[in-house]
Amino acid sequence: MKKVYSRPIGLHRNINGYCPGCLHSAAGKIIMSALEELNLLEKTAMVDGVGCCANNNNYMDLDAIGTPHGRACATASAIKRCSPETIVITYQGDGDLASIGLAETMMAANRGDNITVFFINNANYGMTGGQMAPTTLLDMKTTTTPFGRNPEEHGYPMDMCKVLSTLKGPSYIARVTCTDVPNVRKAKEAVKEALQHQVDGKGFSMVEFVSNCPTNWGLTPLESLKFIKEHMLAEYPLGVYRNL
Amino acid sequence: MPKIEIESEFCKGCLFCVEACPKDVIGTTSAVNDKGYQYAVPVHQENCIGCSICAIICPDAAIEVYKED
Ligand SMILES: Cc1ncc(C[n+]2csc(CCOP(=O)(O)OP(=O)(O)O)c2C)c(N)n1
Ligand code: SF4
Ligand code: SF4
Ligand code: SF4
Ligand SMILES: [Mg+2]
Repeated sequence: MKKVYSRPIGLHRNINGYCPGCLHSAAGKIIMSALEELNLLEKTAMVDGVGCCANNNNYMDLDAIGTPHGRACATASAIKRCSPETIVITYQGDGDLASIGLAETMMAANRGDNITVFFINNANYGMTGGQMAPTTLLDMKTTTTPFGRNPEEHGYPMDMCKVLSTLKGPSYIARVTCTDVPNVRKAKEAVKEALQHQVDGKGFSMVEFVSNCPTNWGLTPLESLKFIKEHMLAEYPLGVYRNL
Repeated sequence: MPKIEIESEFCKGCLFCVEACPKDVIGTTSAVNDKGYQYAVPVHQENCIGCSICAIICPDAAIEVYKED
């Protein structure tokens, strides 16, 4: 018998810390599989944000560094400038990238620093129990918006692909999801494209994963996929926002 | 005949593979793994066509797929 589908070699043979059905796991798996296919596993350094994302460094076999909350893009830019031959990726949640780290994200993108950002948008602060994030949908209930997000009080959901696409620095920006097989395939293509931009020295690249948080959304894993398709994708359309 | 192997200790029982398999190969039993998750098992291995849909959708990379050479 020939093995036709294998676990990515860069994933340790252990169970990771994510909840059942959490698409953080899917994003990590896709990133490791893309790095393997591009033969970049040995030269990649990962900068983890703070949040559930930081669960990944016990199962992704990469050199990794944890940063203070929100500072991943600044740290990644510094590593890349000191060691241009290293492939530098960040792995950040929406609270990390779009809230506490908004300045660092915008500045790295605006400078066109040659790093690749993986942004996991699950519309809340997952790790701390499901508070509102800038990306929380209108009317969505979180622990800090118990009656639903109301724009007059809490502002509007923030579309980071569109926001960053207004800058001149980024060379590749795409939004993907992992709810079904065609989308998983497209997600891997986008991750490989973003990494290739870095290999080619083209500047800042980002892939946003429209993700889930079944635990804090109060849904089963399968219900959370339906919620992504019916609600998240309406606010966060998939596609390539920048490709220079 | 194609076949799948599910690493029960990596499975968290999310049921994505159960829902996605076009041949209803995968199901669950009352068995749980060390973490307490009711893991997925191939209950109708004989129907597997080796399409890899289950393995691609499994977030936790618990499934591997084999085919005849
Ligand atoms: C400076 C600082 N402020 C607050 C926290 C608490 N904190 C830990 S994780 C987190 C939110 C993470 O949310 P997100 O980035 O969306 O990641 P998720 O867990 O949803 O993947 C917060 C506020 C912290 N660790 N450090
Ligand atoms: S709390 Fe939410 S984001 Fe964190 S691991 Fe669980 S489901 Fe995933
Ligand atoms: S390989 Fe295809 S047919 Fe076989 S169990 Fe997986 S999804 Fe079902
Ligand atoms: S998709 Fe993976 S983790 Fe989910 S039930 Fe199937 S084998 Fe288990
Ligand atoms: Mg989040």
